[in-house]
Amino acid sequence: MSATAATPGRRAVSLPRIHRIHRPWRLAAEASALVIAVVVAFPLYWMVLSAFKPEGEIQSTEAHPWTLSPSLDSFRRVFEQQEFGRYFLNSLFVAGVVVIASALIAFLAATAVTRFRFTYRTTLLIMFLVAQMVPIEALTIPLFFLMRDFGQLNTLGSLILPHIAFSLPFAIWMLRGFVKAVPEALEEAAYIDGASRTRFLWQILFPLVFPGLVATSVFSFISTWNDFLFAKSFIISDTSQSTLPMALLVFFKPDENDWGGIMAASTVMTVPVLVFFVLVQRRLVSGLGGAVKD
Amino acid sequence: MTNGTNAGRDASDAHGVGDGAGGSPGDPIASTEASAPAAAAPAKVPNARKATGASPGAPAAAARGIRRGPGRGGWTPWLYLAPALVVLGGLLVYPIYQLGLISFLEYTQAQVSGGEPTTFQGLGNYRTLFADSQFWQVLLATLVFAAACVVTTLAVGCGLAVLLTRVRALPRLALMLAALGAWATPAITGSTVWVFLFDPDYGPVNRLLGLGDFSWTYGRYSAFALVLLEVVWCSFPFVMVTVYAGIKAIPSEVLEAASLDGASQWRIWRSVTAPMLRPILVVVTIQSIIWDFKVFTQIYVMTNGGGIAGQNLVLNVYAYQKAFASSQYSLGSAIGVVMLLILLAVTLVYLRLLRRQGEEL
Repeated sequence: MSATAATPGRRAVSLPRIHRIHRPWRLAAEASALVIAVVVAFPLYWMVLSAFKPEGEIQSTEAHPWTLSPSLDSFRRVFEQQEFGRYFLNSLFVAGVVVIASALIAFLAATAVTRFRFTYRTTLLIMFLVAQMVPIEALTIPLFFLMRDFGQLNTLGSLILPHIAFSLPFAIWMLRGFVKAVPEALEEAAYIDGASRTRFLWQILFPLVFPGLVATSVFSFISTWNDFLFAKSFIISDTSQSTLPMALLVFFKPDENDWGGIMAASTVMTVPVLVFFVLVQRRLVSGLGGAVKD
Repeated sequence: MTNGTNAGRDASDAHGVGDGAGGSPGDPIASTEASAPAAAAPAKVPNARKATGASPGAPAAAARGIRRGPGRGGWTPWLYLAPALVVLGGLLVYPIYQLGLISFLEYTQAQVSGGEPTTFQGLGNYRTLFADSQFWQVLLATLVFAAACVVTTLAVGCGLAVLLTRVRALPRLALMLAALGAWATPAITGSTVWVFLFDPDYGPVNRLLGLGDFSWTYGRYSAFALVLLEVVWCSFPFVMVTVYAGIKAIPSEVLEAASLDGASQWRIWRSVTAPMLRPILVVVTIQSIIWDFKVFTQIYVMTNGGGIAGQNLVLNVYAYQKAFASSQYSLGSAIGVVMLLILLAVTLVYLRLLRRQGEEL
């Protein structure tokens, strides 16, 4: 199901016959698509550009969309700031653990709800669906006390654990389709050949579902990488356990924001996500198509 | 999904992204179960274990494991589910219970530090909250702001999805890449960049529009408008990509047949395309509602914690400020409960829509 899902640019051949539009209209549509693409990309361009602009040009009231003397000063300021590299590694660590843990746990759970029939199966599925809607922001207060009671405040664990929980329901829902797509005959054949359930699970099902896991991971990665609220609420005093969003806020100052620093830090924070996104882009789109199709 | 979003847009947060509604064989949603509260989950687990584990034939069948269709599997599914249930029970269900509990208690800095005993307030916190005119103002602002974001996001996303189907590969690729870029941008960096773009002194937008040193974050409506632009920017890609995938998934033979039968473009859209897209539109709409209702980072960063004199507060930020800035944890929790109930209502509407479409789980 998901494997055949639409990927941009793949089935374009058959469509023009239906949506036949006249040449001037098509050209107008293409021109507007390009203009919109430029407008949508502009904030990102401006971010990277401003990160490379020398101080004087940023502070100039004449905002030019180019720079003739790119400089690394802003980046230098960012990395010289107390332990920015550490924040980056913290963010990477938190997101990495969340991605791997939630993928594995969700894989097991998705297998349970798709390949077995048991009492309360439907109830559980509905509960996973409902759990997706829970506003995690509203849970900041009880989670704060929970982390305090377990002595987890100011540790990366206080960021990892809630994010695993919040990534799970969606991951389970999305993986369901991928697990379901693996033919049952394959499972039977494996058992006839003498494979145990565990062996089937990890050596046959897991590799087949892996593309789905990648698509799912994008979402858990991004939601964790983006986390601002928990980092702000749970890491209260030990800044060595802080993550990137906090590092970024340092450059906001009451009197005069250091825009160069903010844009450089933003660039450093955005680029890994962009790279990740581009790498899994195809999987992502087909995963989405698979998840929402029919 | 994420703008989840977000890419989320906090896919989740971020960009919380759409849930998959992939249909296939399974139990139809039972109406009683549809309304079962999430908190009932852990209570049911032990019963279920008993129920499945107790039937004598089940373990033997599981051991053999050879059967047509998904087997009962005895304990195995619960074994697979255990880690997920432990995590969700401990970090989602229990905190929800705690949230409700705190909202009924007197819980301020004094109680947190253990200086004073916690006392049960009954509905006292809610009474305080509902008597506060600021709460109603924030609630109204949240609803209007979320509605504006949802409508704009859907209009832009669907419009561009249709545009994508009408252009050749190159412009399509350009728009797709730009949208993926916006989608992948973390909420916090997106917020800082948009504030910078609209900066009264150094931003290019005011120069371009000839607004001089007009400050967007100073006025209530202009600040909300600025946040809205950022929210739409990072959440329309999810709608666009999903709807585009949905349009492409419609078999071209169906459209061809309709046009051979002499249906007009409009008729094809109304009678063929729109009904086939409805499930996807439901998913993206619900997802957008949920996502936009929970916006936190954008408001917090772009309006510096809720705007001048709290003029740009939304429920989320309001609850946070009450709890963590003024240590009124019980009031913050009460606001959280209100949010939870609103989102639960949205979820129930969603489940009803799924059922009406004959969607199976």
